[in-house]
Amino acid sequence: MYGKKKWYIKMLIIIALLLGALFPAFPILWMFLNSFKPNPEIFAWPPTWISKAFSIRPYLAILQSPEKLRFFFNSYLISFFVVALTLVISILAAYAFSRFEFPGKGILNTMIISVQAVPPITLLIPYLGLVVTLRLYNTYGALILTYLLFTLPYAILMMTAYMNTLPQELDEAVMIDGGSRIKALWYVLVPTSVPGLVSVGMYTFMRAWNEYLFALTLTKTNDMRTVPVGISLLMGQHAYEWNQMLAMSVMGSFPVLILFLFFQKYFIAGMTAGSVKH
Amino acid sequence: MKKIFNSFNKNGHKIEKTPYLYLSPTLILMAVLLIIPIFMILRYSFFDNVIINKNPVFVGFQNYINVLTDPDFIVAAKNTLFFVSVSVIAHLVIGLFFAMLLNTDYLGEKTKGIFRVIYALPWMFTASVIAILWKMMLNPHGIINYLLQVGNLASTNIAWLSSRSFALMAVTLINIWAGYPFYMISILAGLQGISGDLYEAAAIDGATPVKQFFYITLPQLKPILISLLTLDFVWTIQQFALIWLTTGGGPINATETFSTYIYKQAFSRYQYSQASASAGIVLFICTILAIFYARQQKART
Repeated sequence: MYGKKKWYIKMLIIIALLLGALFPAFPILWMFLNSFKPNPEIFAWPPTWISKAFSIRPYLAILQSPEKLRFFFNSYLISFFVVALTLVISILAAYAFSRFEFPGKGILNTMIISVQAVPPITLLIPYLGLVVTLRLYNTYGALILTYLLFTLPYAILMMTAYMNTLPQELDEAVMIDGGSRIKALWYVLVPTSVPGLVSVGMYTFMRAWNEYLFALTLTKTNDMRTVPVGISLLMGQHAYEWNQMLAMSVMGSFPVLILFLFFQKYFIAGMTAGSVKH
Repeated sequence: MKKIFNSFNKNGHKIEKTPYLYLSPTLILMAVLLIIPIFMILRYSFFDNVIINKNPVFVGFQNYINVLTDPDFIVAAKNTLFFVSVSVIAHLVIGLFFAMLLNTDYLGEKTKGIFRVIYALPWMFTASVIAILWKMMLNPHGIINYLLQVGNLASTNIAWLSSRSFALMAVTLINIWAGYPFYMISILAGLQGISGDLYEAAAIDGATPVKQFFYITLPQLKPILISLLTLDFVWTIQQFALIWLTTGGGPINATETFSTYIYKQAFSRYQYSQASASAGIVLFICTILAIFYARQQKART
C-alpha cells in the first residue's frame, strides 16, 4: 500500500506505540505495584517501584473478610442472572425482528436504539419508587431487573444483526420437516449464533459487573452491595488502607480482564456493535 | 384485537401475532422500565413535594423555573458543558490517533494485537476502580506531582482534586482516560472497512499521507464518527460515578455537573420535585440527541 516498507518508519511507529501505551498502561501498572506495598510507601517520595517489603497481605486481608467476599458473591450472582436473562430475551426479540414483518416494527426498533441515549440518572427516582412498590428494594431482583434496560438494547440490536446474516432457509428446513418455529429457533438458529451470543454475553457481563449508580441507590445493607459499591465503601471507611483498596480493585477488575484477554475478538465485536455495524 | 391480527398489510402479507409473542418480554420490560418511569418523572416535575407528601400539588412549570434560576444549576450547566465538550473532543482526537497508529501496515498482526489490548484496557475498569486509581495518582504526594516536579513543570505539590481551580480539569482528564478506548476500537473497525483501493488510487495520483487522511480517511469514517460523538455526548452528560467518587461535585461546586446535581437534589436534600425537573431537562437534551442518533443509525442500514 505504501510501497517499500522502510525500517525507520517502522521504528518510529513502534516508539510512538510504546510511548502512547504509557497513557493507558502506566496508571494500571502503578495500581498493581502499589497493591503489594505497605501503606506509607505508596506515597513515598521519591516513589519506589517494587517494594522491599513486597507482600500479598492486602490481598489476604480481603480474602479473609467475609463481608468483602460477599461483595464478590453478589456481583457474580447478579451478573450471571443479568447475562442469562438478557440472552434469552434478546434471542426471542431478535428472532422476531429478523424473521417477521409486523406493524410497529420500525417504531420499536427506533425505541430500542434510543434507549442507549437515556441517562440512567434521570430514571433513578422513578426506579426507586418502582422497586419499592414491587417489594424489591435492597434485593438482587432490583438490580437484575433494572440492569436489563441497559443490557437489552445492545443485545437485541447485536443479535438481530447476527441472525440477519443467517439464511432463512436454515429455519425453513426445520419447519418443512414439521418442526415448530420454536424448534427451528432452539435447534438451528441458537447453535449457529454462538459467536454472537458470546460477544453479547461478555458485553452484558461487563456492564452488569461494572455498574455503580443503581447498585448504590437501590440497595442499602452491606450484604447486598456489589463489588464497585464495595470498593467505594472502602474509600469511605478505611481511607488510609490504600493497599487494601488497591488489592480489592485489582481483584474486582480481574473477571472482566480475564474474559477480555481470552475472548478479545468477541469483546471488541460487542463493543463496536452499537456504533459500527447494525 | 383479533381483527388486527388477522388482517393483511398493504403488501398483502398476512399479519401474524407470532412476532409479538416473541417480543412480549421485551415489550413488557420496555414499558415497565422505560415508558412508565419517563411518564413518572415528567409528572413529578410538575408537582410540588412529590414522594414525601401524599397529596402533591400541581405547580405547573414552577419546578423548572426554580431549577433554571438556581445558581448551583447554572454552575452545574457550565461545568457540564466544559466537561462534556473537552472530553468528547479529546476522546475523538486520542481515539483517532491511536486507531490510526494501530492500523499501520508496518507491524505484524501479533504485535498490533498486543498493543490493541493495552490501549483498550481503561475500558475494562469500573468507575470506582478508576476513581481510586486516579485519586492515588493525583494525590498531593502522588506520582503525578512527583513527575511534574522532577520534570520541572511544577514547584509545589498540587492537590488536583481538592483545588477549586484544578478539580474540573482533573475529573475531565480522568474521564478522557476512561472513555477513549471505545472510540479507538470503533474507529479501528471503521478503518479496516475502508477499501485499500481508495488509498492506492490516491497514492498513484501523488496524494500525500496528510491529504489522504483528510480526503479519504475522515470522509469514510464520517458516519461512525457522528454516531460516536452523539453517543459519547449522551454518556458524558450523564457521567456520575467518576465525578461522585473523586470529588463528589466539590470542592464547593467546582465539579458539580447535571448528574451530581440531580443526585444531590434527590438523595441528599430529598427535593424530589426539583430533582425531577432537572432530570426532565437532561432528558430533553438527551432525547434530541437520541432522535438524531437513531436517524443516523437508520440512515446507515
